[in-house]
Amino acid sequence: MRLILEKRLDIDPRRTLAIRALALVLALVAGAILLLSVGVNPFATYWAMLVGALGDKSALGQTLLKAIPLMLTGLAVSVAFRMRFWNIGAEGQFAMGVFATSLVALFGPPALPWLPQALWLPLMMMASIVAGALWGLIPAALKAYRDVNEIIITLMLNYIAIGWLEYLFYGPWKNPEGFGFPGSAPFPPYTWLPMVAPDQLPRVHWGLIFALLATLILWFVMSRTRWGYEIRLLGENPNAARYAGISIVRNTLLIMVVSGGLAGLAGMVEIAGIAHRLQQGIMLGYGFTGIIVAWLARLNPWGVIGVAFALAVLLVGGNQIQISMGLPAAVALVLQGLLFFFVLGGDVFTQYRLRVVEEGKELA
Amino acid sequence: MDFALLISILAATIRAGTSLLYATIGEIYTERAGVLNLGIEGMMLMGAVTGFATAYHSGNALLGVVVAFMAGAGMGLIHAFLSITLRADQVVSGLALTIFGVGLSSFLGQRLGPGGGALVGLQGPHFSRIPIPGLSELPLIGDPLFNQDLLTYAIYFFVPLATFYLYRTRPGLNLRAIGEAPRAADAMGVNVTRLRYLYTMLGGALAGLGGAHLSLAYTPGWTENITGGRGWIAVALVIFSLWNPARAVLGVLLFGGINAIQFRMQAVGTTIPPQFLNLLPYLLTIIVMIAVTGYEKLSRSVGAPAALGQPYHREERGL
Amino acid sequence: MEHQLRRETPLVEMQGVSKRFPGVLANQNVDLVLFPGEIHALLGENGAGKSTLMNILAGLYHPDEGTIRWRGKGVELDSPRAAFEVGIGMVHQHFMLVQPLTVAENVTLGLNDGRMILDLEAVAERIQLLGRRYKLRVDPNRPVWQLSVGEQQRVEILKLLYRDVELLILDEPTAVLTPQEAEELGETLRQMTAEGKAVVLITHKLDEVMRFSDRVTVLRDGRVASVVETSQTTKAELAHEMVGREVLFRLEREEVQTGSLILSLRNVHALNKKGLPALQGVSLDIRRGEILGIAGVAGNGQQSLAEVITGLRTVSEGQIWVGATEVTNQPPLTAIEAGVSYIPADRMGTGAVGTLSVADNLMMKSYRRPPLSNGQLLSFDAIRGYARYLMESFRIAAPSPETPVRLLSGGNLQKVILARELDAEHSLLIAAYPSRGLDVGATEMVRRHLLAQRRAGKAILLISEELDELLTLSDRIAVLYEGRIMGIFPAAEANIETLGLMMAGEAIGNQIDSLVKSNQQN
Repeated sequence: MRLILEKRLDIDPRRTLAIRALALVLALVAGAILLLSVGVNPFATYWAMLVGALGDKSALGQTLLKAIPLMLTGLAVSVAFRMRFWNIGAEGQFAMGVFATSLVALFGPPALPWLPQALWLPLMMMASIVAGALWGLIPAALKAYRDVNEIIITLMLNYIAIGWLEYLFYGPWKNPEGFGFPGSAPFPPYTWLPMVAPDQLPRVHWGLIFALLATLILWFVMSRTRWGYEIRLLGENPNAARYAGISIVRNTLLIMVVSGGLAGLAGMVEIAGIAHRLQQGIMLGYGFTGIIVAWLARLNPWGVIGVAFALAVLLVGGNQIQISMGLPAAVALVLQGLLFFFVLGGDVFTQYRLRVVEEGKELA
Repeated sequence: MDFALLISILAATIRAGTSLLYATIGEIYTERAGVLNLGIEGMMLMGAVTGFATAYHSGNALLGVVVAFMAGAGMGLIHAFLSITLRADQVVSGLALTIFGVGLSSFLGQRLGPGGGALVGLQGPHFSRIPIPGLSELPLIGDPLFNQDLLTYAIYFFVPLATFYLYRTRPGLNLRAIGEAPRAADAMGVNVTRLRYLYTMLGGALAGLGGAHLSLAYTPGWTENITGGRGWIAVALVIFSLWNPARAVLGVLLFGGINAIQFRMQAVGTTIPPQFLNLLPYLLTIIVMIAVTGYEKLSRSVGAPAALGQPYHREERGL
Repeated sequence: MEHQLRRETPLVEMQGVSKRFPGVLANQNVDLVLFPGEIHALLGENGAGKSTLMNILAGLYHPDEGTIRWRGKGVELDSPRAAFEVGIGMVHQHFMLVQPLTVAENVTLGLNDGRMILDLEAVAERIQLLGRRYKLRVDPNRPVWQLSVGEQQRVEILKLLYRDVELLILDEPTAVLTPQEAEELGETLRQMTAEGKAVVLITHKLDEVMRFSDRVTVLRDGRVASVVETSQTTKAELAHEMVGREVLFRLEREEVQTGSLILSLRNVHALNKKGLPALQGVSLDIRRGEILGIAGVAGNGQQSLAEVITGLRTVSEGQIWVGATEVTNQPPLTAIEAGVSYIPADRMGTGAVGTLSVADNLMMKSYRRPPLSNGQLLSFDAIRGYARYLMESFRIAAPSPETPVRLLSGGNLQKVILARELDAEHSLLIAAYPSRGLDVGATEMVRRHLLAQRRAGKAILLISEELDELLTLSDRIAVLYEGRIMGIFPAAEANIETLGLMMAGEAIGNQIDSLVKSNQQN
């Protein structure tokens, strides 16, 4: 008797959902075993996490705040992945968005003092999108014209972009009044991203609106327009797409403009919405987590929103148990890792089924 | 030219490069088998924390290395099971592994100390530098090469061995084949799945070993994120060395050397910003990749394994 | 000869072997007996289950049911290694070679000689020895990616001989060979059987069966249709067994007045993926209401010819016109808009997207224009209606327009492609191997459509490996050899022998020269 995996002929969304739910439960069970092994009550821990992430306005605000960059990077990655362009470089594109935003916010107003203050935020936004897009265009062009592996190039460009930011806040942009801390001077307050509803959702900035708008637009473009259809063809079978008269080069460049631009925008909302200065700790790996978000969401824009929020609950809840349970924040990372393992591992059963093969009965 | 400066840079590079080299060669083997593992950072951290904890409690640093090796292999097993058996995407699985490893190592670091306390700040047994009599007194290269710790000496033998294994032995041939054309290798009777498991675990184990060198030799003791991104540098190094263990030495010397030069330069007080130098190796890696891709002769002989990142299943039939 | 075979113990006995893939029953209760010293042809249409059955014997697939005996003893061939160990090896249709490795490395790959360290020199020596004995010359130290297709096939066979296999399975070995190379291969095979080895020749070509084999097993729909001695049967009989009914189609091929010039190639040169010449100075014209057939052994530039016209491959020299539009080195869209429809050889790889629905596949050429889209917006009602209309008019058997095309049968998949390409506005139709692998009914359907296109005044470029098909359908036939047109002549004046010679590159003979000349005068 042998177990083999056999491709399913149909993919049933309900089955997918059930498998996901089961994976979640199993991840929680595995986490519980781990917690028990160190003498911690898992139920109390999970409850504390839930309360910590969703319990009150400030908790919910905190969670949404964390979800915003994940939504945007998740969307960025999912767009590129739809075309089977493996953009591992959202992290670097995010960094370049941060760079462009800082450049405009720090040096724009002194250089052009006569410009209305209200213009700076839109300018920062545009700058971040352009910077992310340009950074994304490098691997796109190399792939489109020279067929250079984009995984490798995007990965390398991450290091370069992050290193570039470090150079800036350790070096030329370092705040002379910053008591030696690596970081730039603070941005002028009119370049801060306003909050959506300061009373209801403390600290949640306009990035949330941008993320939701981007989701809506992407969903519409991808499912309702000619371009979305072309991207689908290109992703599923580039040969067939070329045969149908669709340009691979043009669309590779275009998709990375969109993907890089979104990641750049994620950098902008993060720095203009929260940190308000370029400093160490701005790069928290949202670009990498965005890859996982996109994958778990199966590249579906609305799914990205949901997964990003769920991950934010886990992250914020994890931070909270540090305070409420005296547990290290790392527990949240471990749980996150476990969750990924189970969901990833379980996904195979949405497309394959296990089949038992009887054999060897009559063999001499 | 200041020779003393050069020699001190070389010595520092070799010491700093040992952990990187273990991890890089491990990942070269994994990728040669066709499996991309972006979880090295997590694996190195797990190796570092378990290695130190074991050494601390047992009083035996060597035992710590063994446990770190196994911890890394265990992490590799997770990656192998997810991406080979359960066909999860290798990139995503690797990233998840890093998150898991960062979290678990930090968690263990706070629990594996005496009485369930923290490991941070403790001092345990470690590998100290052992000058080799005679050799270490050689002019110029004596001190950098022959005044090192045991794990660094081990790698002097390991690198040529790893290279020889890959290009001159039967298992090495099998390894090169399964990353290039798993279907062909399978048809010739090579057990692709088993070997991919083996080399993914070996890669993890070597990453764990690299981690252990950090916590047991380079900077003895455990601190959170002791690797400081070395796992990611190893991923870049694999590409820079074009999947060849011998060339990895060159890469480590370059990547590590630039790091060491920075410190010295700051001391000397030059005007070149050190962070620029940091970016150089990555830029170089990109240029190497572009150059290699342009020519079939090059990409066939030194390019990425053709099946890198692609799952292989025998009975899958194109419908 | 036959009696001699019978008295010996069979080498292989497969009994009641069944194998299913999701949605397909590839083999059903198959019995097969192979004797030492015989060349056994395994005949059947594409999709009849020949390769699957042999993959089971080669240890690559697991049978779901059934037993295999080797020299009378039950064996379990659960891996290719296990198959090698008993003495079975297979040359797959898609070569199982590791491109960057050398010939010697490829040959020795997977062997276990009990030594860790490779001795490639000894391997190379033995390869040369075997090469001399079986006339399989190849340089053992060259990397495989530098070898020609014919040489790569030799490496594949050497791999098996190196392992001393007693049963060699060859899957469609002549598809990549010229008739002359095929003849040489036949000699190699006979040398092997003379030494007592057995050979299974998987093929769908009746000629080869008659020329090379001692016995034939015919597979149809995954079952054994018949087993006979080759000397006791005829091509007609085998064809009947293969397709399950009389192969008799009378196609109405009326006189059609040719019209204006539609396609014109002048001295076209192009390179293949490896940068080697694929087309070397091709010139040809096709007019309205005319079918130009392209004959040739696969791999002599047919694919490139179709691709340069459709804009999928760049031209290094020369010009291509479709009607009044020059399409030389223009993007594929230019060719589409100039009126080129294209039925590609690789249906799932190029012609369709397996994971997408029938409707998505049917709209691939027409989604840019109303009513299917309005500006950038897609109109889903119109798309569904369009899909329904095409499914009905081309009798595409699919549960709904939303069904992914990978679930369709080969014939229905080809109907999807035909429907899309014929419905698109076009003046030129390029059909590459349009009936390859289809059952008789679907083949007939395809051919009728091609003739209807001719009647409708389209210009048609038909690429095919079936000489019968070319002779039946074409007005003129051009033979392509190593990227050159060896001659173009009216189909009525062509015969299979001349075509065969020209396909082998022998265009020196006077009669062909005169044919070419008479054609040029036309």
